[in-house]
Amino acid sequence: MENINDPVWVVAEQTGGDLRTISLQLVGKARQLADQLGTPLEVVLLGKNSNLNSDLLIASGADTVFTGDFAELAFYQPDLYTEMIVSLAKNRKPGIILMGSTDIGRELAPLVAARLQTGLTAHCIDLVIAGNKILEQKIPAYGGLITITCPQKRPQMATVAKGVFQKPELDRNRTGTTISLDLPDDLPERIRTIEIIREEPEGIPLESASIVVAGGVGACDAEGWHKISALAKTLKAALGATRPAVDAGWTELESMIGQSGKMVSPDLYIGAGLSGEQQHMVGITNAKIMVAVNNDAGSPVFEQVDYGVVDDCREFIPVLIDKIKQYQKGA
Amino acid sequence: MLNIVVCVKAVPDPQDACKIKIDPASGNLTRGNAALVINPLDKHAMEAALRIKKQAGAHITVLSMGPPGAGNIVKECLALGADRGILLSDRAFGGADAFATARTLAEGIKKIGPCDLVLCGMASSDGATEWVGPEMAVFLKMPVVTMVSEIVEQKGAWWTVKADIEDGYRLMAVKLPAVFTVTRDLNSPRNLSFSGIIKARKKEITQWALADLGLPETAVGLEGSPTIVSSMTTTESRREVEMISGTREEMAEQLVEKLTSAGVI
Repeated sequence: MENINDPVWVVAEQTGGDLRTISLQLVGKARQLADQLGTPLEVVLLGKNSNLNSDLLIASGADTVFTGDFAELAFYQPDLYTEMIVSLAKNRKPGIILMGSTDIGRELAPLVAARLQTGLTAHCIDLVIAGNKILEQKIPAYGGLITITCPQKRPQMATVAKGVFQKPELDRNRTGTTISLDLPDDLPERIRTIEIIREEPEGIPLESASIVVAGGVGACDAEGWHKISALAKTLKAALGATRPAVDAGWTELESMIGQSGKMVSPDLYIGAGLSGEQQHMVGITNAKIMVAVNNDAGSPVFEQVDYGVVDDCREFIPVLIDKIKQYQKGA
Repeated sequence: MLNIVVCVKAVPDPQDACKIKIDPASGNLTRGNAALVINPLDKHAMEAALRIKKQAGAHITVLSMGPPGAGNIVKECLALGADRGILLSDRAFGGADAFATARTLAEGIKKIGPCDLVLCGMASSDGATEWVGPEMAVFLKMPVVTMVSEIVEQKGAWWTVKADIEDGYRLMAVKLPAVFTVTRDLNSPRNLSFSGIIKARKKEITQWALADLGLPETAVGLEGSPTIVSSMTTTESRREVEMISGTREEMAEQLVEKLTSAGVI
């Protein structure tokens, strides 16, 4: 039987030398979990200049920070990262490993989990220590919240959706240990990140928009989608989408709202042609006012919004745009 | 000639996805009578394989794990131009999480024989994890690139690919054999052709059960899954909906009034 006093781990991430917000949110939550379990909190941070972020991680709640400050790790390198994390995990035997649901986290976490022969829960929106000290990992789905556990294997691993936990208050008086890891030697050469290019996102960013217009498969086709996007333009809103709408190819992955996408809290949310699936709705529950347009009066989306319109969004939206434009002219 | 395996999943038609509910007794999903279709992102994996086949020559094997009804999507891939179709189907495979699924698929791939490239969608529309591709890669001892959006260059065993990342991309050099999980940006999948459907009629689907894979029963399905659904709760909405009625014009007008008086537009 595993020792339940094993440390709680966060695998943190940095971009351009800065710690990612999600990593600090995770450290904050992991500190609570570690306190509840009476175990230490250890953070692993790989990347060039990762030593420079160690103090911030300790001030955020880490007891020990493992860094891998090497020029070879200037970019995320799948094999090096996986090997370093896996061999350290075999040594430290963490009971829990948390990672952010970032694009890198989503590749690295399953590589680590499969190597450690353990389970991995995707894009959690809450984490709770149960009475038996098992980590309950909550994900939204199918009209509710599902609790996933990993009862037999250790570590218990989860990726966590962005924005569900608060960044912790910094305590600059906290003390902790920083330990520099070694690069693994003699890995077979089979994969290498040549470079990572960041581009300026187009349009209004979802996270900071005060109005969000989101569409789902009810748009039916690219033309229907164009109407939803025209409504967004009229309202100077950010355009969001459900996963099926992204899969249909009408919009970019960056516009996906929800558990595996973005969490947003605008003043106004208008959902058009979507059915209120939990994976999407969980990303928008903090909106001030929510409106849904769906041609099915029995759609579950109407149980989750403030105003409902039963109509084909492709027909209704052009009329709504006209009315808004009239109002905008008058105002 | 490359040996390519495309992993496809039969998923409930995303249009009907909201009708799928949790079965409170088993904690598993009841798929109801939603039609099974090929996972949308897997179509892009299939298309990528077909394009590589046309350019460089390849033998394409389509592999799926699922109930016997999932044979239809394997058939669809044969009609698109795959050379061989294999369905892993056994009651023992039921209830598998991503780990057990990846292990079972990887065993299927090993049984197929030498393989240069494994392709699959970066996620399934129903499972909502993205783990199967990378976990398969670990079981196959292959490197993986997730979220591949472009194959930039093929130089012998070393390929250069672009992969999505928040607000940008990463350029990866990867040595085959490898696993790629793909995004929809990779290509536009072709439609089924009549002649393809006719040709596929003659192609057989091979079905493998647990015994064919040589895995112990404890490694597959619910038993081989480290994660379990331990409970499920329904969430109560904090909102009281007000339905707006009238003609289209009236509804639009009322809605604008409500939103302006709330000060949100």
